[in-house]
Amino acid sequence: MASLHHSSAVKAAKVLMVGAGGIGCELLKTLALSGFQDIHIIDMDTIEVSNLNRQFLFRQSHVGQSKAMVARDAVLRFRPNISITPYHANVKDSDFNVEFFKQFNVVLNGLDNLEARRHVNRLCLAAEVPLVESGTTGFLGQVTVHAKGKTECYECQPKPAPKTYPVCTITSTPSKFVHCIVWAKDLLFAKLFGDKNQENDLNVRSSDASNSPENGEDVFERRDNENIEQYGRRIYDHVFGYNIEVALSNQETWKNRNRPKPIYSRDVLPGKLNHQNGNVDKSCATDDLSSVSTMASLGLKNPQDVWSLAENTRVFLESLKLFFASREKEIGNLSFDKDDQLAVEFVTAAANIRAASFGIPLHSLFEAKGIAGNIVHAVATTNAVVAGLIVIEAIKVLKKDIDNYRMTYCLEHPSKKMLLMPVEPFEPNKSCCVCSKSPLSLEINTHHSKLRDFVEKIVKAELGMNSPIIMHGVTLLYEVGDDLEEDMIANYTANLEKVLSELPSSVIGGTMLTVEDLQQELTCNIYIKHREEFDEEKEPDGMVLSGWTQAPLEKKDDNKKLVGNGGSTSTALPTEGQKEVELVEISEETEISGKKRKQPGISGDETNNHNEIQKLDVVDDGEDDLVILDQCDIDKKKKKRLQ
Amino acid sequence: MDGEELTEQETALYDRQIRVWGADAQRRLSKSHILVYGMKGTVAEFCKNIVLAGVGSLTLVDDRAVTEDALSSNFLIPPNENVYAGKTLAELCCNSLKEFNPMVRVSVEKEYMQLIENKISIQITGDLSRFGGDFFDKFDIVIVSCCTRMTKKLINEKCRKLSKRVAFYTVDCRDYCGEIFVDLQKYIYTKKKLDENNQPTTVECELQYPSFQESISVPWRKLPRRVSKLYFAMRVIESFEEAEGRNPGEISMEDLPAVLKLKKELCEAQSMNESHIPNALLERLVMGKREFPPVCAIIGGILGQEVIKAISGKGDPLQNFFFFDAMDGKGVIEDISPPNV
Repeated sequence: MASLHHSSAVKAAKVLMVGAGGIGCELLKTLALSGFQDIHIIDMDTIEVSNLNRQFLFRQSHVGQSKAMVARDAVLRFRPNISITPYHANVKDSDFNVEFFKQFNVVLNGLDNLEARRHVNRLCLAAEVPLVESGTTGFLGQVTVHAKGKTECYECQPKPAPKTYPVCTITSTPSKFVHCIVWAKDLLFAKLFGDKNQENDLNVRSSDASNSPENGEDVFERRDNENIEQYGRRIYDHVFGYNIEVALSNQETWKNRNRPKPIYSRDVLPGKLNHQNGNVDKSCATDDLSSVSTMASLGLKNPQDVWSLAENTRVFLESLKLFFASREKEIGNLSFDKDDQLAVEFVTAAANIRAASFGIPLHSLFEAKGIAGNIVHAVATTNAVVAGLIVIEAIKVLKKDIDNYRMTYCLEHPSKKMLLMPVEPFEPNKSCCVCSKSPLSLEINTHHSKLRDFVEKIVKAELGMNSPIIMHGVTLLYEVGDDLEEDMIANYTANLEKVLSELPSSVIGGTMLTVEDLQQELTCNIYIKHREEFDEEKEPDGMVLSGWTQAPLEKKDDNKKLVGNGGSTSTALPTEGQKEVELVEISEETEISGKKRKQPGISGDETNNHNEIQKLDVVDDGEDDLVILDQCDIDKKKKKRLQ
Repeated sequence: MDGEELTEQETALYDRQIRVWGADAQRRLSKSHILVYGMKGTVAEFCKNIVLAGVGSLTLVDDRAVTEDALSSNFLIPPNENVYAGKTLAELCCNSLKEFNPMVRVSVEKEYMQLIENKISIQITGDLSRFGGDFFDKFDIVIVSCCTRMTKKLINEKCRKLSKRVAFYTVDCRDYCGEIFVDLQKYIYTKKKLDENNQPTTVECELQYPSFQESISVPWRKLPRRVSKLYFAMRVIESFEEAEGRNPGEISMEDLPAVLKLKKELCEAQSMNESHIPNALLERLVMGKREFPPVCAIIGGILGQEVIKAISGKGDPLQNFFFFDAMDGKGVIEDISPPNV
């Protein structure tokens, strides 16, 4: 292989880094040491305490400040004469268009979510700038190189759509702790503290068709003259007692399942709540809201302890009290935030009580927080290794040393004696709709599904377009933009609510739709196939997109070196340790989406890839370890559009 | 283990890594003491990693002054001459490292200066090897870099003579390559596995590591054919530097013919075909004075992970050499041990 001697290529290079977090800090430092002199870096986040265990360019005193800016300042301290341009911004902003990307010789990603990665991938393709992608989770990591026309693009192997849990699993038949968390967070917490007008699947469907006794009255509203403890116990009894009894009345459900036990607060905590520290009744208006904590109030010290049912009940009731006592103004507007201690305490307790009811093992606050907050575990060393690998690939890119581009996997357990395993990149996937522009087909019920469903679930979520334009022939059915006229907007708004077959230009079986995102310079043609029925469990969205398939893999001879054929349309993975090499997506930190009404699936997800990781690790703590892909976060997108 | 809880501050700071290795491992880390000898770029990376991880203490030994080479690959050294003049590498790195984690006690060991009676030598080579065993007894982990083969052996032996187990590591990077050696002596650790019923269970494993001396004494022809060529190349360079009385890294282009000649001799003595060790590789190692920062990051990262595993007693430690060459991108583990170990 050609030498890595790099001075001139590196000195002249203009490099874009996307992300100044775990990988970003290590990468910026290594780039600077390696002689890079013109580095641009985009990151929209600010620094948090939990970053400091690995994002070593940041200090306690920097908490709250922009990561991109602080990283730059820190590196300039040991390389004062290089140029680092920070952008405290979202890479999806329209400022970072194809022209912007064209000025760089290579783009290096240190991102933590799928959406942004896909977006950058498309811009790099449009700008024809090579992209070095990377990701880490715990001790695992990978680095991949993507050069248009020469290798796969980041999306050639489609990242699987996040698995969603069927509604009934969450509302009626949980079998894992994560189901209880999703219930506690997205149903109960949302119902009690979030937007009251949001439809909520909290009430169990009873087999008895008659309405619940509280007809016309919302069970979850606090009644006049009801003190907080009474309210808390009433809610408790309703969701953990009454609702369970109602569910039990439906015999069919429990034929092959363990029956849950209803739990009433009077049985768990017969007396009144004792105020351990006596500070609940004090008005906490002057207290720092972030320090209001049930654990503190009840004297529970260790977040790693697994509380008993009684303790969880205390926490449930006390948290509720504290919300009303000190954060009443926020009630009705709150959404779950993993850094909101009180919210985490409440959700932990609620999930645990539900788990107790269903015979599922209880978890500590520490564990529950990780699941509810989709926290991805992370350490400095893996990020450092990956950063080194990224720079090595970046140098190859700058020297146009195409034959030596490698995808490198960092393994926790050696495969063929290797902890770092390089593999030749694959050729572009001819059926990739992003880089090969191949058409897709969509099965959908054109008489039932609305344009809105198509836009949100297919165009935005699955296809990853941010600002789509949807056309049927010459007719514009929908578009997103800043300079639209009033009547156009009205037209599009109306269209969203129409079923496909009733759109101004009717969309039925056999129609070809064109979907574009101008910023990403991506166009997809979608052939519509009408289908009447969809499986509620397997196809909850009632839409199936196909045609964007993985290239077929061929078995590889064990003794050959770990490189692909290069000649055929696809190259194979090494057979030994193949599972490990199938790691396609590892995210450093990931987010869970907002929950929308009428969504048949509610998200708490696993990736196939993380299942792969679990398999090879031979460690499964019983609870699925979650690496949760970022799904289309509809709330966030709404806010963006309204700007 | 005295069952002390982690403080609230520690729990908040270490949250993400506790999710990787658990609170118990984090507690063990906070009670561990690390000694590091030879502050080159790779070692600087390692130190950064281990300080972030939250060890109890880190002691640095390197009283050399700052050089251009040092500045090129060690991001812990402030580039301002006014700042670094008159200070040793250890002192400068110590100041920077402290900032990464106020909970870790980072210090510089200078005591050995008093042991040198007549000659004040600013070369660290060999000095640490004159320390008594009681010095090393203060530590749980000893990492040496930038030393001669003799020094490595001596320090390794001192560690092995102690009743308490002191883990010993060497790390060296030249050109675009890196080598790590691990000696955990007799090492017992836990590992998660699936039992016959596919249920997760914990098993206890025991490993026996050879010393550095024992390891490199294994006749070359007894090693598997596919052992990394870098292993042999590094031994040739090591032998050359020892034979010529050089400090590690004190080697240049002019020495190449002599190095190649030595390689031939060694291969003959070991009954190994000399083409097994590519001349091109030796040339790279001879010429590659400066460390390559991406390799520093990679080797420093791998070493960091290994030390964390050893302290926490969780996870398979690597046995017993690790090699990386950026030219082929492979990070390989080689087991170089005598048959009865």
